[in-house]
Amino acid sequence: MTHDTDVLLKMQDIWIEGFADEKWNPIIQGVDLTLHRGEVLGLIGESGAGKSTLGKAAMGYTQPGCRISGGTIHFDGQDMRHLSKRQKQHIWGTRITYVAQSAAASFNPAHRLIDQTIASTVREGIKSDAEARADAKELYSALSLPEPETIGDRYPHQVSGGQLQRVMTAMAMSPRPDLIIFDEPTTALDVTTQVEVLMSIRKVVDEFNTAAIYITHDLAVVAQMADTIKVLRYGEEVEEATTREMLSHPKEDYTKSLWSVRSLRKPAETSEDIVLSIDNVDAAYGNKVQVLHDVTIRLPRGKTVAIVGESGSGKSTTAKVVTGLLPPVSGQVSFNGEPLSADLKNRNLDHLRRIQMIYQMADTAMNPRQTTGEIIGRPLEFYHGLKGRAKEARVVELLEQIELDASFYDRLPSELSGGQKQRICIARALAAEPDIIICDEVTSALDQIVQEGILKLLMKLQEEKGISYLFITHDIATVEAISDEIVVMYMGRVVEQGLKDDILSPPHPDYTELLLSSVPEMDPDWLDKLVAGRTAH
Amino acid sequence: MTQPENAYTAAAEVAQVKTRRTWKQRAWMELKKAPPTAIFGMVVIFLYIFVAVFAPLLAPYGEAEIFAQPYAPWTSEHPFGTDQIGRDILTRLIYGARNTIGIALATTFLAFLIGVSLGLIAAINRSWLDQIISRGVDVLMAIPSLIFALMLLSIFGSSVWSLIIIIAVLDSTRVFRLTRAVAVNVAVMDYVEAATLRGEKLGWIMKREILPNIMPPLVAEFGLRFCFVFLTIASLSFLGLGIQPPTADWGTMVRETSNLIQFAGFDLKAGLTPLLPAAAIALLTVAVNFVVDWFLHKTSGLRE
Repeated sequence: MTHDTDVLLKMQDIWIEGFADEKWNPIIQGVDLTLHRGEVLGLIGESGAGKSTLGKAAMGYTQPGCRISGGTIHFDGQDMRHLSKRQKQHIWGTRITYVAQSAAASFNPAHRLIDQTIASTVREGIKSDAEARADAKELYSALSLPEPETIGDRYPHQVSGGQLQRVMTAMAMSPRPDLIIFDEPTTALDVTTQVEVLMSIRKVVDEFNTAAIYITHDLAVVAQMADTIKVLRYGEEVEEATTREMLSHPKEDYTKSLWSVRSLRKPAETSEDIVLSIDNVDAAYGNKVQVLHDVTIRLPRGKTVAIVGESGSGKSTTAKVVTGLLPPVSGQVSFNGEPLSADLKNRNLDHLRRIQMIYQMADTAMNPRQTTGEIIGRPLEFYHGLKGRAKEARVVELLEQIELDASFYDRLPSELSGGQKQRICIARALAAEPDIIICDEVTSALDQIVQEGILKLLMKLQEEKGISYLFITHDIATVEAISDEIVVMYMGRVVEQGLKDDILSPPHPDYTELLLSSVPEMDPDWLDKLVAGRTAH
Repeated sequence: MTQPENAYTAAAEVAQVKTRRTWKQRAWMELKKAPPTAIFGMVVIFLYIFVAVFAPLLAPYGEAEIFAQPYAPWTSEHPFGTDQIGRDILTRLIYGARNTIGIALATTFLAFLIGVSLGLIAAINRSWLDQIISRGVDVLMAIPSLIFALMLLSIFGSSVWSLIIIIAVLDSTRVFRLTRAVAVNVAVMDYVEAATLRGEKLGWIMKREILPNIMPPLVAEFGLRFCFVFLTIASLSFLGLGIQPPTADWGTMVRETSNLIQFAGFDLKAGLTPLLPAAAIALLTVAVNFVVDWFLHKTSGLRE
């Protein structure tokens, strides 16, 4: 199957540099990549490993501020590095197409979907307008979009995120390219939506025998999609093997450590000592849109309660009610048995200190103009009156608790990696010496290996300090790892609350079943089995 | 379980740490790359400041010293001649730099003090207080500011202080709008919410969490606002309601010597006299704009 004539893309000894801080820094260091016709290659690695940069380089493209400084790129016999911009533009959008992570940002909101789907196909004269339109509708139907005949007449804001991602795939398929580059196409989606998009992409890629480069940091996803997997780290190749071989016999230590992430699991326990209770809370935005209906949740002391559900299920609103940012319409939040004032303004400093929060996007949760020392130091000064040397010493102590060191003291947030930022946010919460930390999707923006680090840290801190976590997430793998109890939410209501093992073992209510079955597993046959199972119903 | 050699550690994650530089090194690096227009602007502004500061040393005569001959021609004694009551034009141009720039600067600072504080309060509050301030500002902005300033100055009399306060209040409306617009985007950030949840007071949130993040547009606006204030003062002086004689001021000088322009046909130099203070005003405005342009370009991250 792997004759040399089959080779579609051959990249040899690629070096790519990015310009930052007044000098060129290497991003990709001598990576080779060979892709055959109809083959799907999975590129995985943590943020900053150079996955996207390498994927884009396959098109002969680099982001502004980057340059390809060495190596050769041959696409179907053409030397991509030496084509003029004009020649490259003919290839882009027709023979090589690109599906970005954020479909919403890639569509022009002023044009109908179908017009954007066929634009480059018609422009390059591959099909006539009428043919392309008819074909687009077939693609929509192949991608299981609802109402394939008319959905193309809608504008981007009139369809959901998962649908838009599929329309984007249709757009990439429309000129029947030889190669599609998928850059984290499902990362921004809920698990339940992600499965549908994955199924659709698999189906069309198989059907038209298109080669693809699939970039992701989610191993379970890549296991479903790729024939071969290439692991990158620090811009260098760690190893490459066929998917099955890679999953069963990873060679390098780094790859093994990636694989072990999903084995993290703590035994579930509960306690009768309730530190926080939310009783029959109804909440609404602007007294009109009711988001929470009769929500009751109990958080045992020193334990972790995970709230799961898809976007819009009311998870984050629950957190807002607990912190006092959104006073509930009715119902009561109690802390250590005494009722908490509904509005933030009427809570005393001690209550504010004891309930801390960690956010999903560590980027926006830290003031970009303050150094880590200032960020962690402020709660020390504010709640505990520490100043000068004593404050500095305590900040360093906290930095060590979150497994960083004193060298991070005067760094700005822009000089930290995603995982380090989240750790600083944890340190800021710890500085207050809280009883409860509300974690709002704290790991969902991070790579798996970094996620594992953060989860382990949170567990360690819980053991040492007896902190209780209210852990909001849509990722079931995270829930399995960290929680004692699980609350399943759907459309602003609590579907069920109970011990982790009870919730995760059948029988399930319908919604819990759908949610759990949508979580990708490391088994490369998982998606096929799921498709077979769901179509049988 | 044994730790693999290249095991994961949080401290080793890939992050871009910038080389530590003092602000002097950074400023010098930026200056070396500045375009010629910006260099020109900075040189001109520096010269103006130099003249304003050392006016008494540079000026050949006293600010209000009167000589026998009014409308004297350009001679070595009076390089740019004298005005309608016999005061040396060069001397008054030099002192004019001090008065006009000083008053414009004071006015701009006051306008920013009012506009930025109200803008931040409105952006954080976002409810009834925001409504009251914003609608008040709308009303003030609906009235043409030059005419409004003329009216207020005739009511309160045109002393330097009333001039500063009236123009500052009128100009603070624009500063308010800009501040509110940029601060609203920062006020919804999680770190502001985190500070609110911590129990921080309004003053801290304004000063420490929001203000440092909206500085670049405000600094640029400061330059532009300074130009507008400077031009407004010059216009008011030209109309006779600005800085009052005997204090030297460029706007007043244009008005007082304006009739000399009719004699350009007979004596070209005399005809140029009213253009000198006008050129002084124009040059500074252009210079400040050049520098602001460059600064905006740098901070907004725009490329060519």
